[in-house]
Amino acid sequence: MNDVVAVVGVSLGIVAVVLGVAVFVVDSMARATFALLGSFLAIAGIMLVLDLPYLALVTALMMTMEMAVMAVFMIMFMMNPAGLMPMTMVHNARGSAGAGLGVFAVLAAGVWLVDWPTRSGTAPADATVQLGEAIMGQYMLVMILVGVGLFATILSGTVLATGRGRYDRFGPDLRRSRPTDPVPGGLPR
Amino acid sequence: MTDEVLLQLLLTVAAALVGTGVFGALSQQSIVMVMMGIELVVNGVLLGGVAAWYFLAPRADAQVLIVVALVVMAVEMVMGFAATIAIYRARQVDMVDMATELNG
Repeated sequence: MNDVVAVVGVSLGIVAVVLGVAVFVVDSMARATFALLGSFLAIAGIMLVLDLPYLALVTALMMTMEMAVMAVFMIMFMMNPAGLMPMTMVHNARGSAGAGLGVFAVLAAGVWLVDWPTRSGTAPADATVQLGEAIMGQYMLVMILVGVGLFATILSGTVLATGRGRYDRFGPDLRRSRPTDPVPGGLPR
Repeated sequence: MTDEVLLQLLLTVAAALVGTGVFGALSQQSIVMVMMGIELVVNGVLLGGVAAWYFLAPRADAQVLIVVALVVMAVEMVMGFAATIAIYRARQVDMVDMATELNG
């Protein structure tokens, strides 16, 4: 079992890093999106090998959808469409590379210098049951906060992204009988 | 290969993901690409959490932490896109270098 984890886990890890680097190397922002998706799927594969099938599935499904949405935004804000406007898309590349390498060096040094403890406890028979019981029991507060946080995110995302809301169209007290739209004929409230 | 070396290898991969993400978030001009860098950092956090669950303490805490990291990723995406749309609407800004209103 350990050999499987070693071979598959480390090779998927290398794939994840290579695709992660590719995100910032490829010219096309659409290709970068799919490179990032590949990186996430490789991490989901590692989760699968490490006996966390539910989290692997959530990661894979969530990231596939997220990157599909991301691709739309990438095309909307693409800086170099179809490679027709070759331009540099980076600033302060040397300083950023130094910061990235520095972060990696510090973390990697910590990883290899720390005397890691051996595993405490045994792995549960079913990790999904373990997670389910945790979030519906001892860690329910976490799930409640996550739910409230996601709801707040939905609201604030909508508020930020809305160009002209009903208060712009119908006035601060919403009493205007006809909406003031740039082009008349908009739907009434 | 012992468990400890395997844990260290996976954590090194996680560190590489975090480092790459930091590079991307700092170096990219496009706001959307900056978000990709942040996503990559959280990707590294996910891998670190999974490795810690498997090799150090297979308890529920680590799994809940991974769920929280996934939620952070979703929230970051939503707020990032919303802020991108808002600043583009207001100022036609789609690159971080152009957003200089708070430049002192």
